Order: sequence, then C-alpha cells, then structure tokens
Amino acid sequence: MSASGGVTPRAESRTRLSLRVNGEPVEVLFETYKTLLEVLREDLGLTGTKHGCELGECGACTVLVDSRPVLSCLLLAAECEGSHVRTVEGLAQGACLHPIQETFADLGAAQCGYCTPAMLMTACALLEKHPSPSRGDIRQALSGVLCRCTGYLQIFEAVEAAERRIRENSPGGSEGGG
Amino acid sequence: MMRCGRFHYHAPRTLRDACAMLQDAGSDGMLLAGGTDLVPNMKRRQQTPKVVISLRHVAGLRDAGPDGNRVRLGAMLTLSDLTAKEEVRARHTALFKAAAQVATPHLRNMGTLGGNLCLDTRCNYYDQNYEWRKAINFCMKKAGEICWVAPSSRRCWAISSTDTAPALIALGAEVALATRDGERTLGVADFCRDDGIQYLTRNPDEILTQVLLPIPAPGESSTYWKLRRRGSFDFPVLSVAAWIRRPPEGRVEAARLVLGSVASRPVIAEAAAGLVGTTLSEDVIEAVAEEASRLAKPLDNTDFSLGWRKKAARYLITGALRELRGDDPQTLGPLARRAAELAPVG
Ligand SMILES: Cc1cc2nc3c(=O)[nH]c(=O)nc-3n(C[C@H](O)[C@H](O)[C@H](O)COP(=O)(O)OP(=O)(O)OC[C@H]3O[C@@H](n4cnc5c(N)ncnc54)[C@H](O)[C@@H]3O)c2cc1C
Ligand code: SF4
Ligand code: FES
Ligand code: FES
Repeated sequence: MSASGGVTPRAESRTRLSLRVNGEPVEVLFETYKTLLEVLREDLGLTGTKHGCELGECGACTVLVDSRPVLSCLLLAAECEGSHVRTVEGLAQGACLHPIQETFADLGAAQCGYCTPAMLMTACALLEKHPSPSRGDIRQALSGVLCRCTGYLQIFEAVEAAERRIRENSPGGSEGGG
Repeated sequence: MMRCGRFHYHAPRTLRDACAMLQDAGSDGMLLAGGTDLVPNMKRRQQTPKVVISLRHVAGLRDAGPDGNRVRLGAMLTLSDLTAKEEVRARHTALFKAAAQVATPHLRNMGTLGGNLCLDTRCNYYDQNYEWRKAINFCMKKAGEICWVAPSSRRCWAISSTDTAPALIALGAEVALATRDGERTLGVADFCRDDGIQYLTRNPDEILTQVLLPIPAPGESSTYWKLRRRGSFDFPVLSVAAWIRRPPEGRVEAARLVLGSVASRPVIAEAAAGLVGTTLSEDVIEAVAEEASRLAKPLDNTDFSLGWRKKAARYLITGALRELRGDDPQTLGPLARRAAELAPVG
C-alpha cells in the first residue's frame, strides 16, 4: 500500500485493491480505467449487477457502497479501496431469500427483470435507513432507477409488503403496528 | 461496454499533495470528485485526461460548519450530505431546493458540491459519443473548428447546467480556491464565465476547496425553481434562483434574481432592482418577470422548443417571486407543489 494513496499502482495501468464485497474481503487486480461495474462483472464474475446505459442515465447498475445506493457504471473501481460493496448476490442468506426478494416475486414487481437488482438494492438501502417509509419516500428513493415494464406500482407495493414482513419477523415486531 | 480511456490515477491524502499533483500534471491532469460528470465524459471521449487526481481521500474537504457570519461547506460534500443538513434545508432554501433536484438520489449520493459548480457545459451536439460527433465532424468544444448551433459563431454556446451555481449566486456565496502556493476566495458570480469552453475563471492548477455561504439575516428568504422534462434524472432546461430581504410586513430592501441554463453561465437579472421598495404586488412581480425573462435567449441546443422555453422563463420567475412573497406553494402550480415535497431520502 503506497503512502500517498492506499491504492498501489502496478505497471501504471493496473491497480490492486482490497475491499469487501457482500461481507467477504476481496483482493482484485484490474485495469485502472475500469469502473466498479466492469470489475464486478468481468473480474469478480458477479453478473447480477446489470449494465444499461453505462452513462448514469438509467440506474440499472446500482450497488450499495457503504450502505448508499450508487451507480457502479460511474464509480471508478480504484476509488473503492476499503469500501464495502453490496450487490444483489449478497441479498439472500443461503437458500433463504431476503424479504424484499420474496415480495418482488410474490407481487409481480419483476417482469423482464433487468431493473430488478437495482430496484432491490435501492429498496434494501431505503428500508435499512427508514424502517417505515411512506409511499412518497419509496417513490423518491426509487426515482433513480428506470423500469420499462412494470409501471412501478407493483414495485412500490412490494417494498411496502417487504417493510411489513421485516417488521413482523423482527423480535418484538407487532402484527398490527402502524 | 463503453469504457474510459487509459490514465494514471492518483489518490492523494492531503490538499497539499493534491495541489502538487495537479500542478505537475499540467494540461494532462483533471480532478475527480464524484465522477458523475467526468466519467461519462471520459467514456464519450469529450474529456481525455491522462492523469486523474481523485479528491475522495483528501482530508478536510468534507468539513462543514459555521465561520463567523458564514457557513463553510466542503467541496467534497455530496449533494445528499448537503440536503441532509437541517440548517441548509431551513436557512438556505435556494441551495437546498437546487441540490435536492439534481439528477437522481443515486447521483446525489455520488455527485459533490464542488463538482456541481465545476460541471461541464452542455449541448446536444457535444453530449454524444465519439462516433456520433466524428460522423458530423467534431465541434469546437472538442477537437473541431465549427459550432453546429451557430455555424458563423467564433465562440461555443454550450449551456451552464449546474443547479447549485444560480442558487449560490443568489445567496451571495463565495468559493475558496487552493493552489500549492496559497488560497484565494471569489464570488460564485465571478467564478463563472460566459463561454461554453472556458466556462470558469478557475486557473488550471486551482482546487475548489469550500463554498462560503452568508448566514441569512432576519427577513432574508430564497428559493429555486427548476424546469426539466422529467421530475427525476434530467438536467435543468431553465431555472430561477431568487433571494430577497424584506422585514415582516415591510418593503423589499434588497433582491437578487439569477437565471440558470440560459447561457454558458448563470445570468444575473438586473431587473431584480425593480423589486426593491415594493411590497411585491402582482403588478410589480409581473413587470419584473417580463423584463428578466428577456435575458432568456435560448439557443436550439437543449431540450424543448425555443419559443416555449422563452415563455416558461416568465412563468418560473413569477412563481418564484410569488413564493417569496409568501403565497402558499399549493396555489403556485405543479412545479411548486412537487418542490414542496422535496425531502432528503437516500
Ligand atoms: C443522468 C445525469 C443527470 C444529471 N442531472 C443533473 C442535474 O439535474 N443538475 C446538475 O446540476 N447536474 C446534473 N448532473 C451532473 C452531475 O451529476 C452533477 O453536476 C454533480 O454534482 C457533479 O459532481 P461530481 O462530484 O460528480 O463531479 P465530477 O464528475 O467529479 O467533476 C465534474 C467537473 O468538476 C471538476 N471538479 C470536481 N471537483 C472539483 C474541485 N473540488 N475543484 C476543481 N474542480 C473540480 C472535475 O475535474 C470535472 O471537470 C447529471 C448527471 C447525470 C449523469
Ligand atoms: S455550442 Fe457549438 S461549439 Fe459549443 S458544444 Fe454546442 S455545437 Fe459545439
Ligand atoms: S448502467 Fe445506466 S446508470 Fe449505470
Ligand atoms: S422489470 Fe423490466 S425494466 Fe423493470
């Protein structure tokens, strides 16, 4: 690790980086010009994160970096030293789906599915930060991801249903709570 | 995959190192903040730095806090950091509304205040990929000779599309710029330049470190109105920042009106002088809006038709001034109603 940057340039055009991906420490060597999206898909084999426009105009590439939804197509991977990156691959715990995945499936919130990983990660971050968001909060949080199929309504309903499911399953969660 | 070109990447930890690296890189170097403007531009080869100097790990650039009768806001605060600050929301309404309406929540989690002020100018003939621009012949903003919007023009008319700059000018803010040799401050109004290519007065070796914002005195209020095709994602096609000082029930003592996205820099409307000494009656607002809207001389290089954008200028100015008069936003049309719902989520 170099004193100035924490990121070690190797042969100038490649970068070696340590970060956490879905809770696991990862070390990866990649071409310095690559974005986090390219490194996830091409160097780490995590193709759950989708590439759409690659210019910030669709949101399909959303991942969580240190719990915030960001666009992996605009974030240079070299910028992620020491960060915790969470992708859709990290949502399920073994065979057990995350509540947001269950409700997306149950309520038809995914059609072609291309926006789904981004919608799931964005919704997941919202629910971690605001345990009981209003419909307005949900609309606003998801306004950075385009969906060409669903018309959004099923997606909003799935987020609300996931919120209820999480609350009911949590220790001390009540069934009838507001 | 649309990829960036090759470059050397530096991640300095101190401002001193960052300044030295920027100066050493000369015209090959560019600063990287959130990257939401620079990275797409690198993919489209509109900007092709050989050296990229990241400000992400530079200590101190995310600090914020009071400083005498001003607030200091670090250039690397993200727009989400900014809108989450209760004091920004409560006291600097124009800045809050401008920052909260930039792009999308995801882009605001990445994009910074400094990057927003230094945002590249935009034009339909420039915001295209390399092959597209090559096919019609490059324009003078990058690699060519001609301006496709005004072919007989010797200058570039690309549009200043930053949301926060008009708001900060209306609020009387300054920026601090650092180099290896020291620091200078200047008004945001003087930081912007009316040229699509050289759109800032920033020297190439200067790093914007902070924004200095006056703490409003009693009676001061501000707002920001933005026009865009969709309520998310889109850049402004027109915007109005307005600021007044008016004691309760009294007459306006001072006023500023700034139009965004109508030129290569935010445009200060002298017509705001017509508000001083008045109680913002409907006649006064309409006369000032009529005069200020003449500054909107849109060119055909962004979204929406020319004639409609010109008409919209009067509507936006009138609305912003009525809001500062104290009218209920619910009575001021869809733009005001939507802006009233802005909340820091994300
Ligand atoms: C789909 C989309 C929609 C968008 N919509 C909007 C919008 O509605 N309104 C709007 O204003 N913007 C919009 N943007 C542009 C951009 O996201 C924001 O302006 C953002 O705030 C830019 O900040 P950044 O930190 O990402 O800048 P970067 O991309 O990192 O940098 C932008 C420029 O500023 C320079 N720079 C950055 N920091 C400094 C500094 N401290 N000192 C000196 N120079 C510096 C860089 O070298 C570069 O030239 C949009 C972008 C996209 C992709
Ligand atoms: S205004 Fe003219 S020179 Fe400037 S970017 Fe557009 S076409 Fe190019
Ligand atoms: S792929 Fe469209 S925003 Fe990243
Ligand atoms: S389900 Fe097809 S884009 Fe959203």
